[in-house]
Amino acid sequence: MTERRAIGLPPPAGRTLALPVNWPRRLAYIGLAFYAIYAASTLDVSLARIARGLPQGAHFLARMWPPNTEAIKLDLMRQGLMESIEIAVLSTFFGILLSLPLGLLAARNLMPPWVSWTARTLTALFRSFNSVIVAILFVKAIGFGALAGILALIVGTMGFISKLFAEAIEEVDLKQVEAVRATGASFANVLIMGILPQVMARFAGFSAYQLDSNLRNSTMVGIVGGGGIGAALFTAYQRFDYDYVFTILLAIIAIVMVSELVSVQIRKIFQ
Amino acid sequence: MSGAIGQHRWQRFSVQQRLARFTAYLSAVAAVVWAARSVEIIPEFLADAPAQTADLFRRMWPFDWSYYGREVHAALIETIHIATLGTLLAIAFAVPIALLAARNITPSKTLNLIATFVLVATRSINTLLWALLFVAIFGPGALAGMLAIGFHSIGFVGKLLAEALEETPRAPIDALRATGAPPASILSKGYWPAVEPSFWGIALLRWDINIRESAVLGLVGGGGIGMALDTAQNNLYWDQVGLVLAVIFAVVIVTEIITSTIRERLI
Repeated sequence: MTERRAIGLPPPAGRTLALPVNWPRRLAYIGLAFYAIYAASTLDVSLARIARGLPQGAHFLARMWPPNTEAIKLDLMRQGLMESIEIAVLSTFFGILLSLPLGLLAARNLMPPWVSWTARTLTALFRSFNSVIVAILFVKAIGFGALAGILALIVGTMGFISKLFAEAIEEVDLKQVEAVRATGASFANVLIMGILPQVMARFAGFSAYQLDSNLRNSTMVGIVGGGGIGAALFTAYQRFDYDYVFTILLAIIAIVMVSELVSVQIRKIFQ
Repeated sequence: MSGAIGQHRWQRFSVQQRLARFTAYLSAVAAVVWAARSVEIIPEFLADAPAQTADLFRRMWPFDWSYYGREVHAALIETIHIATLGTLLAIAFAVPIALLAARNITPSKTLNLIATFVLVATRSINTLLWALLFVAIFGPGALAGMLAIGFHSIGFVGKLLAEALEETPRAPIDALRATGAPPASILSKGYWPAVEPSFWGIALLRWDINIRESAVLGLVGGGGIGMALDTAQNNLYWDQVGLVLAVIFAVVIVTEIITSTIRERLI
């Protein structure tokens, strides 16, 4: 049959193609291509514009090199990085602490529908905004500084961890819960002895992931006044101190990579 | 006999496991204590926080609905374009890099390592940082935002796609190879059908994330609804800020519904 197709003959009558053409899907691809062209034209994306940008990009990169390593600048950067790490650690800790009750409330197999539904809406609300946007609100509410960043990241952490925690609880094996309940255990004991051991490994896994994610975001909340290295970065950028921008960028990439390694390590320990 | 069993203490984890866990807990506590002691919090700001928060909400409501027609609608459409085109761009870059990173497709260790490094590097630079970079190169606007979204997503899409490729079962590939199929056919008839469901899953998930991410690009000049948010916030028009936030929330919810519906149908 392959030979018949290779020389351009249709497949013999009464036999279907092994891999028939999926027309609806093919049309969807064509539609997507047309959409992409249309959208690109409305965004003023053109080869001419990209060509104009290239020399500008070369100029920009040239000004980044060599990275600025003045002692004062490095010290400023170190302070910013430390603050970012503090923000990440504290927001992860308090975020997880607050997610535990919220996740329990959102689990549909433990709570009546109106409770879980309310909790789910709340977590969806927390998740929908980028932490930088939430940081804008907290900067207005409690002023500039690390606390605004911490609170913004706590909100994001609660959005994700509560949802994942609730999903993990919904997937627990109810037989074990039943067995603990049969011994006459209280609700708290059912939680600690029946549910917690089943979800602990996954919970530690996504907490480690969240720490990593919070560290990434804690380097950004400074752009809107939420503390951390972002403030120094954005100021240097607006002053066209591109060599210092480059130094900070390298430092951010380095700590993000380290934090990814730490996160992988934690997940390994709790597997 | 029963004495021997009674003397043995049964434990769920080995000594090493328990030691590792204990170390992890200890370092976590140490980190929290260190952070709490050294973080700088200005108490004066905290004192009037409740008043400021109440003021914030009072200024936000009622929303300035006229702002939607004037600015927000166009910016919203731009945000959706940025997120979609950025995702397509990311896929276009990520597919070849993922092919190079997958160890069962590219046998060269060096190429695998280089590709993996590219994936890690693009991912570890935040979307906002990419946006700063592209704004400096192409000037403020949606082009910079689209490239930022696209470049940041390469790492995510590429990593997951490479993992999916590596999990492809060997048997169909060997069968194809035995027929003498050229590499392109092995890719399109052997690997593609195996990774197609995960491919669409990854693309949809990233699109969903990118819609959220593209909402902030405007803060650094990357176009989209963030521009409207930034303008409103700089002018201290909190009723407009409130409106933009409500619009972002609505879009995020709609996106989540769309992606979950498509995912159920496709996969």
